Amino acid sequence: MRYIPNSPQERAEMLREIGCATIEELFRSIPEKFRLREPLRLPAARSEAELLAFFRELAARNAAATEYAVFLGAGAYHHFIPSVVEVLISRAEFFTVYTPYQPEIAQGTLQALFEYQTLICQLTGMEVANASLYDGSTALAEAVLMAERLTHRREILMARSVHPEYREVVRTYTRTLGLNVRLMEYDPETGSLQARTVTPSAETAAVIVQSPNFFGVIEDLEAIAARAHEVGALFIVVITEPISLGLLRPPGELGADIVVGEGQSFGIPLSFGGPSLGIFATRERFVRQMPGRIVGQAFDAQGRRGFVMTLATREQYIRRERATSNICTSQELCAIMAAIYLSTMGPRGLRDVAEQNAQKAAYLAREIARQSGFRLRFSGSHFNEFVVHSEHPVALVLERLRERKILGGLPLERYYPELRECFLVCVTEAIPRSAIETYVRVLDEL
Amino acid sequence: MMVTPCQVTRDEVLIFERSRPGRTAYSLPPLDVPTVPLQTWIESRFLRTDQLAGLPEVSEVDVIRHFTRLSRWNYAVDLGMYPLGSCTMKYNPKVNERVARLEGFAQHHPLTPEELSQGSLEVLKKLEELLCEITGMAAGCLQPAAGAHGELTGLLLIRACLEARGDARQKVLIPDSAHGTNPASAAICGYRVQTIPSTERGLIDLEALRRAADRETAALMLTNPNTLGLFEEEIEEIVRIVHEAGGLVYMDGANMNALVGIARPGDMGVDVIHLNIHKTFSTPHGGGGPGAGPVLVTSELEPFLPVPRIVRRPDGTLALDYDRPRSIGRVRAFYGNFGVLVRGLSYILTMGPEGLREVAETAVLNANYLAHQLKDTYEIAYPGPVMHEVVFSDKRQRAYGVRNVDIAKRLIDYGFHPPTMSFPLIVPGALMVEPTETEGREELDLFIAAMKAIDRECRENPELVRTAPHQTRLGRLDEVSAARRPVLRWRPKESSAPSGSLSEERVASPEP
Repeated sequence: MRYIPNSPQERAEMLREIGCATIEELFRSIPEKFRLREPLRLPAARSEAELLAFFRELAARNAAATEYAVFLGAGAYHHFIPSVVEVLISRAEFFTVYTPYQPEIAQGTLQALFEYQTLICQLTGMEVANASLYDGSTALAEAVLMAERLTHRREILMARSVHPEYREVVRTYTRTLGLNVRLMEYDPETGSLQARTVTPSAETAAVIVQSPNFFGVIEDLEAIAARAHEVGALFIVVITEPISLGLLRPPGELGADIVVGEGQSFGIPLSFGGPSLGIFATRERFVRQMPGRIVGQAFDAQGRRGFVMTLATREQYIRRERATSNICTSQELCAIMAAIYLSTMGPRGLRDVAEQNAQKAAYLAREIARQSGFRLRFSGSHFNEFVVHSEHPVALVLERLRERKILGGLPLERYYPELRECFLVCVTEAIPRSAIETYVRVLDEL
Repeated sequence: MMVTPCQVTRDEVLIFERSRPGRTAYSLPPLDVPTVPLQTWIESRFLRTDQLAGLPEVSEVDVIRHFTRLSRWNYAVDLGMYPLGSCTMKYNPKVNERVARLEGFAQHHPLTPEELSQGSLEVLKKLEELLCEITGMAAGCLQPAAGAHGELTGLLLIRACLEARGDARQKVLIPDSAHGTNPASAAICGYRVQTIPSTERGLIDLEALRRAADRETAALMLTNPNTLGLFEEEIEEIVRIVHEAGGLVYMDGANMNALVGIARPGDMGVDVIHLNIHKTFSTPHGGGGPGAGPVLVTSELEPFLPVPRIVRRPDGTLALDYDRPRSIGRVRAFYGNFGVLVRGLSYILTMGPEGLREVAETAVLNANYLAHQLKDTYEIAYPGPVMHEVVFSDKRQRAYGVRNVDIAKRLIDYGFHPPTMSFPLIVPGALMVEPTETEGREELDLFIAAMKAIDRECRENPELVRTAPHQTRLGRLDEVSAARRPVLRWRPKESSAPSGSLSEERVASPEP
């Protein structure tokens, strides 16, 4: 076996040296009745060439963004990834290492994560960020648990326009703890949450809003924050499309106490929804309740600057059942990808790419609205996603688009029964104008 | 402007400190659609006004140099032995990287209609089936993104199952040798944790377990082989005790590298197990993730698995089933860390049944070889027939004022990544060594030689060991001060210099 260096002969010698007659003897502490007599019923070993052929065939069964124009968003976004990202994270020194427990030989990972934390603070307008959680949905669940720890309150107010799968994850995490999650309705005209309908009480631990929300509509964070803060509740802002931060005011300026999000847009491939990147940022005064690894600056005896994992007394390996979270392995390589992506884009690149997303989405939205039988469902401000209302059956529209190699959007009925005539459309900078024109022509032909 | 000499590739500053106004590294095609004033699409009060000040302005060359230099300060599996106990730092096969990067996978949107996602769904279904066969379980869920996430999922499944039995319970039993994630996961699920002591042989204390297992016991969380590298020989009796008390047995599969192809937890009566794809199944650890922590269960627990389940339709195609009324719900968005899972499948298909058995055999042989060669030099707190890892301690070296941390740091000077330190907690001064099957004998012999040399140094020149490492870019970092006054992000210097620029210029100087 090519991944096992020692030859059978070398293994036999080592066995002899430790005084064992057979390999079987090494497993003597496993009761005999549980030791397998037969090989596992698994497919026979494949050579490298056979393996690649097998997976190429499977990969070809998917409608990938290389073959189709993908107008799907909803928490996963098809953006262009600069070549440097893959080249750099493919360095074995980044991807064949583990959690930097030994800072003297892990400064590469640690400094890159420190830079990632800084970039997330700069973009969100928050004071501190951790070194990543699993994804946006679990980051939100962790934020809810943190709000409960900080406020000792039992109620969560969450906008119904938060990503439906994120809401499900919050429910899974909170049900056994007996937290009460109350949903807030979106305004049927604008698609946004009206601040006056946000009615937290003295029992409310947190108010949760996503912006841009699941419908792509930008929320009035400042007004909602005020409502939350009136009763001493924390304000949690969710971002599933962080490219929007290239254009939009950062939640930290608008009263957010915790910002969580999905960082996949920052240089991480779609990869059928994972690996992704859980973003988590908060205020400095809450840092000791923050979950996850945190990297901080430290100095050696000669006064040279370096970086270490810090505030470990929050963590499971020290605190066990009193830890702020159970997290151990998270998504550090994805955080480094985001750091490389953001360094590459810089302030101008991030603004440019955000503007292209907004302009392309605005263009398709205008063109769709001109087609008879179609209109924009919500009147609020949008970034790169919007909801289309169709007088034709949604399934038919999407099928016609699919025939032209276009994945035209996400039908919303499964998530919002009242929006059964609607679908969610996303346009990123990676969609060429020709695909947008084809899209419009297909609708025109209906 | 002052110029400070430095060694260029060893003294790389922060990317923000490299920033120079006007530099760029990005490339975008020109915007090819008719535009409108942005304010007609986004109300101007929502637009940012700060020009993203502070983000670095660098060229592509700067980005490459910066991160390449940083990477060289990391010790990696591809460089040498990384015997970090309990973490299974084995070789990460390169063909798996190629597989995960196939465009059909990497560019596949998770909300693509099912009929256009059959390739990715087949990957997930196949992996679930193979993991069931490897563990002897009935069904599984691939959503959890890491081991601890799998623990959380598994305990929620246990809670749901007990509630369905009409017998919700309050506590989870956890041996004192367990990984810290076990109690932390139990707490998130609302369980009280009761610690079960280990015997002097390092195995779970059956008498203590009998006393603790009662009508309030929801589950025992058991790592097997345990963190001392010992197989719980009384597994049959352990399972019987917990089941008779009406509880379920959760197995932490972090150490499955010792068992794969040798024995199956399902055959031992385990009800729920999580696996770490990034340990046993060779996917890269990435500096602390992404990993994957699938959960496998018995048929009794199957109805409670997270949604969606991947099901095969009568026509052979695969579909996502959301209609699972007894499910605990989702544990993350979409379907898990697909890119990690596809690498795991690639590994299993490369190894085949004989190859996987060879993995466990060689991993256990390598650990026993190290234990044998070093047992006269370093104390083994719980000498038993070790499996895939062995826990030494600094007991003998402490007489010379040297502790485990010093030995670990000195190993760095010999070119090795140190073992896991100070864990498990029941071994004072622990050094937990897991060589894995992907170390050759000569590498193991070099490690043994280094450990013996350090032992000699402890006696002859303990100061040398206490002040190690001596050959790294930085010496030991002051972690206490770092935690007391945490600096968790870079901020521009308060100075008249333009934001992001340095007041000092650097110039090359030879390495001292």
